[in-house]
Amino acid sequence: MQSTIGESKKAFMTGNETVTWAALAAGAEVMFGYPITPQNEVMHYWTRLAPKFGREFLQTEDEISAGFTVCGAVQAGKKAFTATAGPGNVLMQEPFGMAEAMRLPLVAVIQQRGGPSSGTVVYSQQEVTLTTYGGNGEGNRIVYSTATHQEIFDYVIKGFNSAWKYRFPTFILGDGYQAKMREPLTIYEPQERGIEMVTPYPLIGKAGHIGADREVQHLCNIYSLEEELYDVVMQHAAEYERIIPELVEYEQKECDDAEIIIVSHGVVSRAADDAVKLLRDQGIKAGYFRPITLRPFPEQQLRDTIAKSGAKKMLVAESAYGQLFRLIRQEIYGETIPIETLLMPGVGIIDYDIMTKVKSIL
Amino acid sequence: MTVSPAVPKSWYLPSKPHKFCPGCGHGIVLKALGEAIDELDIQDKTIFGCDIGCSLLSWDFFNCDSTQTHHGRTTPVMVGIKRSRPELVTIGYMGDGGGYSIGSQHLLNAAVRNERVTLILVNNTNYGMTGGQMAPTTLPGQKTETTPYGRDPDVTGYPTKGPEFLSALTQDDAYIARATVSNYRQLKRFIKNALCNQIEGNGFSFVEVLSTCPTNWRTNAQQTLHFLEDEMEKYFPVGELKNPLGKGDK
Repeated sequence: MQSTIGESKKAFMTGNETVTWAALAAGAEVMFGYPITPQNEVMHYWTRLAPKFGREFLQTEDEISAGFTVCGAVQAGKKAFTATAGPGNVLMQEPFGMAEAMRLPLVAVIQQRGGPSSGTVVYSQQEVTLTTYGGNGEGNRIVYSTATHQEIFDYVIKGFNSAWKYRFPTFILGDGYQAKMREPLTIYEPQERGIEMVTPYPLIGKAGHIGADREVQHLCNIYSLEEELYDVVMQHAAEYERIIPELVEYEQKECDDAEIIIVSHGVVSRAADDAVKLLRDQGIKAGYFRPITLRPFPEQQLRDTIAKSGAKKMLVAESAYGQLFRLIRQEIYGETIPIETLLMPGVGIIDYDIMTKVKSIL
Repeated sequence: MTVSPAVPKSWYLPSKPHKFCPGCGHGIVLKALGEAIDELDIQDKTIFGCDIGCSLLSWDFFNCDSTQTHHGRTTPVMVGIKRSRPELVTIGYMGDGGGYSIGSQHLLNAAVRNERVTLILVNNTNYGMTGGQMAPTTLPGQKTETTPYGRDPDVTGYPTKGPEFLSALTQDDAYIARATVSNYRQLKRFIKNALCNQIEGNGFSFVEVLSTCPTNWRTNAQQTLHFLEDEMEKYFPVGELKNPLGKGDK
């Protein structure tokens, strides 16, 4: 693959620019996109950088088209991706559903903005439900929730590999804060770190004569009989279940003796991390748990953390009105630990907010 | 003695006989397309994408690679494939609802961008698969399930003239035509031209085909042909609107 970054280097850039460099380094060949804040600069950087590396871009007529052109491109064997947010994420649920159904290695970066509807262009964590379980399917998706620019870079690269290895649509779930703020990170070429990139391959339009060199490919996405669809969905579900242990990622700190476990994801987990340190300085035994993959969710890991700590309470903190909270309840059904919440839809959460909440409930 | 009908080499025989209703025009369009694929020798590099609706029944019609999408979304999927692999010949196959209604934004923007895809849109003046509702192409006064007293243009406007509006949006390198299943040789020539225009790298290529739907029209054979040739062809003029190949309709 053509060198993009060269030797690894320190950088100070926005999250959107980070997405672009990571996609280039991951070997993404084409981006299809439609303007929506706060992801626009992914396209801005991509359109400036892509021609230098022989990569392509198309600004489509809407997000529906951006998603479906990605579906077409990956069927044709190209590493393709898109980026969107908010109402664009809503529109893209249609192509995302097709990617789920046809097992297309689609990669999408979601920079969450405020909702419902047009909401704000700024920030939220309100696209958790949509990104994990949107569409008329079963949520067979891989969703990485990043917290830092370094993670954006790392997980965009990893996301392309997960998509092409497992062929479930893969999402890097960021937010407007991560998209727009600048922070230091190290950018690198995957090969330099020993990361082998999965080579893309076409599902249709392969070389050779049909019948002589290869079978004809009729890709199916709609079934005549209930039983046909049932078999397909059950097979996909079984494959998804099988790969969960390979995919699940989480982060856990100071939980072993914790009285209270603070669960958060994405950029809010940075506040939670700080809050745990500050609370411990004040003699309050707080612990930190963060799912990195929201789909599949680190269910067993969270259950084990609760059991091992013997914590009396759990606090879920998120910039949404209970989307992570709902996910957690569904995943750890049967646990009896009381769960408190700090739900701040569409606004940022800082360490002080979490500390205040913890003190009010202990 | 039984004589097997001549079938195009590019047809996928295990899916025959096809699943369209008796009297439906799809079979004629797909035969013309099959013969065009054969004559241009593009079977191995053709990607056939079909929309949702009756056009979906063609998903395994050809011994060519094919893909299915969602209602109205065949155009962007074909665009994604063609832009990724320009050496492939991409054919989007759709109905009037998929092309002119739910997927109209994709159709018109693909035309504006001069996407090098060939789109074949079958106009039978109604949504066939879903049970005969009004389509953008339903004629004034025509009865459908959602216009049981006849389409009233004051309420739902006049029928969409696709090739005409696409002609207005495209440049000289686009191929735009309207054919009819009542004139097979012309239909096949237009489809072949639309494929050649893509293969030669000129640009956007579009053929609307006037077709029949006796099931939902509730017509017998004679009435079906009458509606096609006298009613539809009067409102929707047949012919080439743009042909950059310099091989006009003779």
